[in-house]
Amino acid sequence: MSESDITLYRLQACPFCERVVRKLNEYGLDYQSRFVEPMHADRDVVKRLSGKRTVPAIVDENTGVTMSESANIVAYLERTYGEGEETAWGVA
Amino acid sequence: MGCGLMDLDFDIVDLDPVDHPEEGDTAPDFTRPLVNDEFWEDESLASVCADSDRVVLVFHAMDGAFPATYIWNEIRDRAWHEQATVVGVSISTPYEHKQLLEEREIEGDYRLFSDPANGVAQQYSIDMDLDGMAGVEEPRPSVFVLDSDRTIEYAWVAQEWPDFPDYDEVEAHL
Repeated sequence: MSESDITLYRLQACPFCERVVRKLNEYGLDYQSRFVEPMHADRDVVKRLSGKRTVPAIVDENTGVTMSESANIVAYLERTYGEGEETAWGVA
Repeated sequence: MGCGLMDLDFDIVDLDPVDHPEEGDTAPDFTRPLVNDEFWEDESLASVCADSDRVVLVFHAMDGAFPATYIWNEIRDRAWHEQATVVGVSISTPYEHKQLLEEREIEGDYRLFSDPANGVAQQYSIDMDLDGMAGVEEPRPSVFVLDSDRTIEYAWVAQEWPDFPDYDEVEAHL
């Protein structure tokens, strides 16, 4: 079912994950959500992908990028999909 | 069957006949969160079927009820996953499904669709109210064996409650 290029690993009701969702929606990006365990120790799938057990984490097959930490992800999305907008790096 | 139902000396509840999908029909498609050993994501029955020659769709009682426990123990012991892609459906949440996969020790071999509003059962016309649990409904126990185009090769829908599939009969269609 993973037709989307972007996969978002998230935890239900996690505000950091919702922050990334808002950004994805802002840019109209199609994404597939994968919900993981509330128990940090059980999140092996995320650990295998990103090296960390934290969510949110995204895998973007457009660019081959795998990334965690919401601030990093938001900056990445702005940089990659938010042409002409102000980014974490200044004005693009 | 393991629960001794055959020895009862009284009648169990008969269910009214329903017009459910039959052998030869195309099983209605649906999308619901599909829970595996590590995460859940929205997935369609069509995409599950597209990945496999043989899919067994098992509608069962809510996780924690003894029929759910018995049916998954039996399927696990018969190792149906070696012959088919086997997916369950119940009204339980993804969190409860994670627990069922763990407790039945079927993580990695089987996956479960979560359908708390019972909409899939309604689509298949196999929804039933639960006596004594106001506002709660769930699917009748049912098993559908599908090919990769979702054509139904075998269908069993419970006519009484509780009831269990004829496991040998299902297995003959794998």
